[in-house]
Amino acid sequence: MSALIQNILIKVGQKKDRLLDILLSVQEAESFVSDENIKIIAGSLQLSEIDVRQCMSFYHFFSTKPSRHRIFLNDSVMANLMGGQKVKEAFEKVLNCKQGEINADGIGFYTTACIGMSDQEPAAMIDGVIFPSLTPERVRFVVEGINQGKSLSDLYYLPLGDGRNGGAALNTMVNSNIRKTGLLLDDYYKSGSALTIAIEKSELEVIGIVKTSGLRGRGGAGFPTGMKWEFCRSSEGAEKYIICNADEGEPGTFKDRVILTEKIEMLLEGMTIAAYAIGAREGIIYLRHEYQYMRQHIENALAVARTKKMLGNNILGKDGFDFDIRIQFGAGAYVCGEESSLIESMEGKRGEPRFKPPFPVQKGYHNKPTSVNNVETFCKVCRIIERGGEWYRRYGTKQSVGTKLLSISGDCPRPGVYEIEWGMTLYQMLEMVGATNTQAIQVGGPSGSLIGKTGFDRKICYSDISTGGSMMIFDQSRDLIKDVVLNFLEFFIDESCGSCLSCRACTQQIRNKLEKMIHGKGVSTDIEDLKKWAKFTLVSRCGLGQSAANPISTSIANFPHLYQAMVQKEKDYDTCFDLASAVADSCKVVNRVPNF
Amino acid sequence: MERVKFQIDNKDCEALYGQMLVDAARDNGVYIPTLCNMQDVKPCGSCRVCTVKVNGRYATACTTPVACGMEIESDTEEIHEIRKALIELIFAEGNHYCPTCEMSGNCELQALGYRFGMMVSRFPYQFPQREINTDCQHLIIDYNRCIRCKRCIRTIKDKKGKSYFAFINRGDKLEVTMDKEMAKTMPLKVAELAMENCPVGAILLKETAYRVPIGERRFDKKCIGSEIEETDVKVFMGELNNE
Repeated sequence: MSALIQNILIKVGQKKDRLLDILLSVQEAESFVSDENIKIIAGSLQLSEIDVRQCMSFYHFFSTKPSRHRIFLNDSVMANLMGGQKVKEAFEKVLNCKQGEINADGIGFYTTACIGMSDQEPAAMIDGVIFPSLTPERVRFVVEGINQGKSLSDLYYLPLGDGRNGGAALNTMVNSNIRKTGLLLDDYYKSGSALTIAIEKSELEVIGIVKTSGLRGRGGAGFPTGMKWEFCRSSEGAEKYIICNADEGEPGTFKDRVILTEKIEMLLEGMTIAAYAIGAREGIIYLRHEYQYMRQHIENALAVARTKKMLGNNILGKDGFDFDIRIQFGAGAYVCGEESSLIESMEGKRGEPRFKPPFPVQKGYHNKPTSVNNVETFCKVCRIIERGGEWYRRYGTKQSVGTKLLSISGDCPRPGVYEIEWGMTLYQMLEMVGATNTQAIQVGGPSGSLIGKTGFDRKICYSDISTGGSMMIFDQSRDLIKDVVLNFLEFFIDESCGSCLSCRACTQQIRNKLEKMIHGKGVSTDIEDLKKWAKFTLVSRCGLGQSAANPISTSIANFPHLYQAMVQKEKDYDTCFDLASAVADSCKVVNRVPNF
Repeated sequence: MERVKFQIDNKDCEALYGQMLVDAARDNGVYIPTLCNMQDVKPCGSCRVCTVKVNGRYATACTTPVACGMEIESDTEEIHEIRKALIELIFAEGNHYCPTCEMSGNCELQALGYRFGMMVSRFPYQFPQREINTDCQHLIIDYNRCIRCKRCIRTIKDKKGKSYFAFINRGDKLEVTMDKEMAKTMPLKVAELAMENCPVGAILLKETAYRVPIGERRFDKKCIGSEIEETDVKVFMGELNNE
């Protein structure tokens, strides 16, 4: 066994369930995972080689080829809207290689799904460092610098970002872009105050307060937080886990990035309160790979919390209350934002969703009761414990209590994070961000809905249009079908775990048909087909599969004229068969020239 | 063990608490079509063909444990349409040429196609380029026919419990692959089991083929599922023969 692997196994643990960490550590040290290392890892974990490969190949950021540097350019809808295509061409030109290749200087160039920078696109990650607001000129500057052997931080073309982004631990050009603060983002938070209150109460009292507040999960699904904790607490088993879902992968959302940057202490404190309430001794932040630039920043916060006795044994002097938190990095898979996939991934497996029941609160991480909550949810808990459940109910609407952080991007002069009270209409939101001439809003990311003007009086809340926070604004100049819907479909096809036939195969059929229509070959029956086919994805196992056709079904419902425009008049039947090109193909095989 | 009462299509049924719906239905003489599922093997719910509605919500019968008072919809127009579409999706996704396939007549996919009265897939055939792998001394793996049901991954293991097969990649690039080293030493018995467990003709034994004569194949005379059902169902195969 090589010294490298040996050291990693000592550090991470020689266990199957740490496979993801082992692979990530190897890749970090050597820029790739070699066949040789795969063999060694498999041998030392009593796995077959193919077991290691099946885990690795599930995640986007693993490589089996060596490179000196790796560039991942975001190709999300937002990136393309902000000039991503030109930036991509610039990269391909200066690197002299295509997307997916490693150039002669050993620089790998890849595209990737939304990296959580929709407010400062086009953005790329170079060896984990974020390069936001790229232009072709900046691409040339950066790549030339890399070629001259300069360090990445010497190639910053913008001043360091606002807030804590400019600090030594983050040292990044990323901006937090907080545009509107509310009860979470306001400055009056004092570290430790909520936890001090919580541990003076009983565990059930803490859960009671959260239940009174009416707080619901902020990741998108909106499950009542207090109830989740109650279930988890009452599930059998002495060992329990608290997991923070920081896999923020829904394209267009970036509010968790901002919380992790600016309010990390609050998040850790919220997790600790949750641990106290359910009786967990171990907490894990599942952090998306794209946010690895925050590692030092979060590690520092953890260290400070430990010295302040807010983590560790006998927290704040409370006898027997032991709890600590570690970071678990993802490796690039959107579906891992689904809580059971996330747990699978944490156990070193492919991030395929589990069946429910049993739910994670019954059998989660290592089959122990586990509460998985969103970054924002944990922070809200701090506020609620500090000020009381009744106080929290004063914000928002009766059904949707409190505030919500929105990640607003696209065609508006002030993209960024806005903390609003639930119940705001989309009109009010557009006014708030200064958007004009708006054609559509994608609410809740690709898995949400594409809403047109007639829906702008709808309210942002759980009972009307619910959202995990992603809000993308498109003005009249945008081609919604080509630039938005098609990109979203591609996203789902790529990010599907592939296990469910309905999600894997049906989305491809829908994409193919839409492409055909975009190419002017649409017939009237195509629209009906798309509507029907979209329904077949609903039988998929997880939320990804069930919402994979939402881009199609909501855009057909709200923008029927755009589909009508793609249909050839008076043609309701299409053979999908192009005789001329078929003849050309077969002639090519036998080396003949078509005679018509 | 506690017994629970539930209903499938308004028929009163009884089963052991926690039994999976497909099994519970079978014990009550109700056939819920399955493809990826295997009796006594941990279900994986990948093909979705056993989709039913449980108290009004979609669920796969192979992964849903039965509970007291459940109301199941299975033999309805809506569910039938979904299942048929799923079968058609499989046919369109791979390259399934029944007439030349060794498993014709023994193939569960083909049998389901007949059962659902599928004439042609409503989805355009994708004609993917897939390989045929002969690395294993005993097996031919024809990926043209692989439906990614995970049966081989779940059941074909060596003495230490290591898998011979695994998924590789994800999404539209998802494939089943075989461990190259382990393939070389796969015992014949394991290879035979691999072929037997494959619901289609993707895993075939070398040096032997077409062993079962036409007329004696699994689905030559009986429709898939008919062994479970008490009374004869509308057999689409019959309807086709009359045409």
